[in-house]
Amino acid sequence: MTDGAWKGFKGGLWRDAVDVRDFIQQNYTPYEGDDSFLAGPTERTTAVWKVITDKFPEERAKGVHDVSYDIPSTITAHAPGYIDRDKDLIVGLQTDAPLKRAIMPYGGWRMVAGALETYGYPVSEELEKVFTEYRKTHNAGVFDAYTPEIRAARKAGIVTGLPDAYGRGRIIGDYRRVALYGVDRLIAVKKEEKEELNALPAGNRSLEETIRLREELSEQIRALGELKAMAASYGHDISGPAGTGREAIQWLYFAYLAAVKEQNGAAMSLGRTSTFLDVYLQRDIEAGLLTEEQAQELVDDFVIKLRIVRFLRTPEYDELFSGDPTWVTESIAGMGEDGRPLVTKTSFRYLQTLYNLGPAPEPNMTVFWSPQLPQGFKEFCARVSIDTSSVQYESDELMRPRFGDDTAIACCVSAMPVGKQMQFFGARVNLAKTLLYAINGGRDEKSGAQVGPESGPLRSMETGAAEVLDYDEVMAKFDEQMEWLASIYVHALNVIHYMHDRYAYERIEMALHDRDVRRTMACGIAGLSVAADSLAAVKYAKVTPVRDETGLATDYVIDGDYPAYGNNDERVDEIAVRLVEEFMRKVRKHPTYRGAEHTQSVLTITSNVVYGKKTGNTPDGRRAGEPFSPGANPMNGRDTHGYVASALSVAKLPYEDAEDGISLTNTVTPDGLGRTPEERIKNLAGVLDGYMASDGFHMNVNVLNRDVLMDAMEHPENYPQLTIRVSGYAVNFVRLTREQQLDVLNRTFHGSL
Amino acid sequence: MTSLAIGPATPVTPATPAAPVTPAAAATQRPSEGSVHSWDLSTGVDGPGTRFVTFLSGCPLTCLYCHNPDTWKMRNGKRTSADDVIAEAGKYVRFIAASGGGATISGGEPLLQPVFTGELLHRMKHELGLHTALDTSGFLGVRATDALLRDTDLVLLDIKSWDPDTYKKVTGRPLRPTLDFARRLADLGQEVHVRFVLVPGLTDAPANIEGVAAFAAGLGNVSRVDVLPFHKLGEAKWQALAMPFTLHDTPSATPEQVAGAREVFLAHGLHAV
Repeated sequence: MTDGAWKGFKGGLWRDAVDVRDFIQQNYTPYEGDDSFLAGPTERTTAVWKVITDKFPEERAKGVHDVSYDIPSTITAHAPGYIDRDKDLIVGLQTDAPLKRAIMPYGGWRMVAGALETYGYPVSEELEKVFTEYRKTHNAGVFDAYTPEIRAARKAGIVTGLPDAYGRGRIIGDYRRVALYGVDRLIAVKKEEKEELNALPAGNRSLEETIRLREELSEQIRALGELKAMAASYGHDISGPAGTGREAIQWLYFAYLAAVKEQNGAAMSLGRTSTFLDVYLQRDIEAGLLTEEQAQELVDDFVIKLRIVRFLRTPEYDELFSGDPTWVTESIAGMGEDGRPLVTKTSFRYLQTLYNLGPAPEPNMTVFWSPQLPQGFKEFCARVSIDTSSVQYESDELMRPRFGDDTAIACCVSAMPVGKQMQFFGARVNLAKTLLYAINGGRDEKSGAQVGPESGPLRSMETGAAEVLDYDEVMAKFDEQMEWLASIYVHALNVIHYMHDRYAYERIEMALHDRDVRRTMACGIAGLSVAADSLAAVKYAKVTPVRDETGLATDYVIDGDYPAYGNNDERVDEIAVRLVEEFMRKVRKHPTYRGAEHTQSVLTITSNVVYGKKTGNTPDGRRAGEPFSPGANPMNGRDTHGYVASALSVAKLPYEDAEDGISLTNTVTPDGLGRTPEERIKNLAGVLDGYMASDGFHMNVNVLNRDVLMDAMEHPENYPQLTIRVSGYAVNFVRLTREQQLDVLNRTFHGSL
Repeated sequence: MTSLAIGPATPVTPATPAAPVTPAAAATQRPSEGSVHSWDLSTGVDGPGTRFVTFLSGCPLTCLYCHNPDTWKMRNGKRTSADDVIAEAGKYVRFIAASGGGATISGGEPLLQPVFTGELLHRMKHELGLHTALDTSGFLGVRATDALLRDTDLVLLDIKSWDPDTYKKVTGRPLRPTLDFARRLADLGQEVHVRFVLVPGLTDAPANIEGVAAFAAGLGNVSRVDVLPFHKLGEAKWQALAMPFTLHDTPSATPEQVAGAREVFLAHGLHAV
């Protein structure tokens, strides 16, 4: 059976141990040509996709298409579902019907009940009793262990968006393992791994660690069994390896589907699957079993399934991460450690879905860019970006040396070797607000409440002298507040991840990891550009706080100019760099749950709008409530020397102190890339080469005219698939809130006059 | 292209005077300094690839459709040393080496400051190793020394009209010097991209387009022609300067009009885009 399934595959290491990377390296066929081989959509593909797109307007209007409101979702909870039973090539849905969302109460009952009420579905009294009286949830656990200080910081909006009321996500199962080995082999391996832990304590683990890991392995084994059962309900026996390209896609998809049936994680990323699957598709094509059109059709059908992953979420969640994102991130291309590009024809086929099915935010197409990638692929990527604005780029040159060449992105910018590393997602803290705390001695600028430590009044307040902020003094106070913030932040994250492991453990995703994984504690910062510009204003202009009767600084008078972040100007860029380094250093001081390694990101997703709303006037001239710039972006309109200068400010932020990723979103008009389609393609590929050669990490590329977005705001019905990249992911523009849409519109458009 | 909204364009650290590089700079016995409006990075619009573009202040022409009227007066620029400009451009050498592109000296009219322009081109090319382009109307072409042109890999030459009266009407100046400069560049075998701005009702007379096309084709050194549609995005700058924008009621050139003009150049065997 196995010999048949593996017929023609080379190499040995991967046969003896679970080692998908070795399998890929021994068997893949790099493709260095251009896009001319690609096939368009078949009639079947177009018809199936139409069944789905016809439901989008109603889903957009209602917020959800339908909800399976009374069955807590597990891998096997729902009966099989199809888009069109006769036409589906790759089968499997989260529930028994497309776009029907499931409830996943282990994360927290309140969120489930809140979401059901929001969308007008009945809340089962029985389930409520189960998940409040008999079965504790993640959310309940977290709030049992939070301190009053953490609650206050959370309420003030200085520590924000924590995954204490939703699934943490950002764990990528190595779904390829199921296709390559079949489930039985994986179960056998997990049983062996558990056997090794029969001593108590086992090895250098503590007693508690040993017991926890044993229980987890049992859960993983159970989940793998359920995965098999779920596949069987669709008529597939996945106990053994996949034997064809179609089976490989199907097996892999079942594994992923099991994960999204059970976990409502903030990001449920797919991994790095295209070149793996190419080995199978290529084998079939060479054997004359598959044509290019059929290979593309399989990929298209798979991608349709990935596009309709849905989670039931609350309005509060949507406010943070708008546009209903699921972050089915797929990492494509990059270079191999042996110097061969990891680009295959299936890398092209994945991107081709953006033409065959039209632009879409999911799956989150992420190209690992290196100046060494084949020119034909680079130009195809650039063309797809120009035509669809649906691709993001991350530096293979920064990731490969650190994580190896079988690394994938979870969510937006978080790199992790597939099946070998996971992260504890930590959302982010609000650095801009922290700076205001420094000026206000730890008091919140909006409520006046003492939230941070009392760091005392500024010198000028003591002397009663006319108060012009002094850079060194503000920096010293800021340092103190950041120190406090880092401490409660890591504290809160430890509580969250302890409880998540305990009450909402990712059984199937972790079953598709090695037993002993590297864990990171993924912290994050928001408001970096506001903080850096504010400090530059204090340093290079004169900034005088306007204080209310209680001494609270509520506004600032700025006299003179200051250099703004986003112009490749060292005077301010070094402040931004320093903040990243400093906050990372402070975070690293605090011990972490399960010994996770500290990292941080400079990423906001769309939460920059909410954080801005919760932050008062800032010394850079930003008004209270105005959105922050997204991710590591410079503030709108302050980057006045074009997007390259802007990008190079961001490229200075040190990846070693922000290993969870640094996000930059660039929006350029087509004219801003050149005058002809060919030169726009060449120039965009060149810009990406230039950015990565300058140590830039991530670039979202939107190629859009402002007019199109303005028209889409007024006539959403004409733009059902208009996709734009926003800080690490893509969204349907028409599914953003009006506030978010305006934020996107107000962002710097780089064009030319 | 924007002016500086916040902060000075150049680094605060005063540059130490460098040894004069060009003969012209040496002759003046001081580090070259010029009037600079701003700098910018652009892609695909100021020459091939991604380029560091230095906009110099001052222009002898007063084109009716100018989208940078704020660059007309030299005194409105910021006195800037060549060292500072080169230091700023130097930050992009790594990027440009990977992306493809170079440096463009634009304006205003760079040849209003020929010594400064010459030094910038020389240093961009030899110190930074960048591909260099000079964006000019050619009206002051006589001021470009052969040495300056040797340091210029590509001339972006605006031929704003073929009909002398139209040229005068558009620019306020005579056409002849531009044509003389174009012929000189042809004699030198200098690569040229010609630009022609299509303004409905002003420069779009068939004979006018035909004239530019025939002339450009006859030169033999024109590797590309950009037919640029007139647009009014610069109108706000005229208003800010309290100057009347006489083309307020002129419509932008339509894609069809631009395609039609492009055809004329293509018919002459030119690579027109």
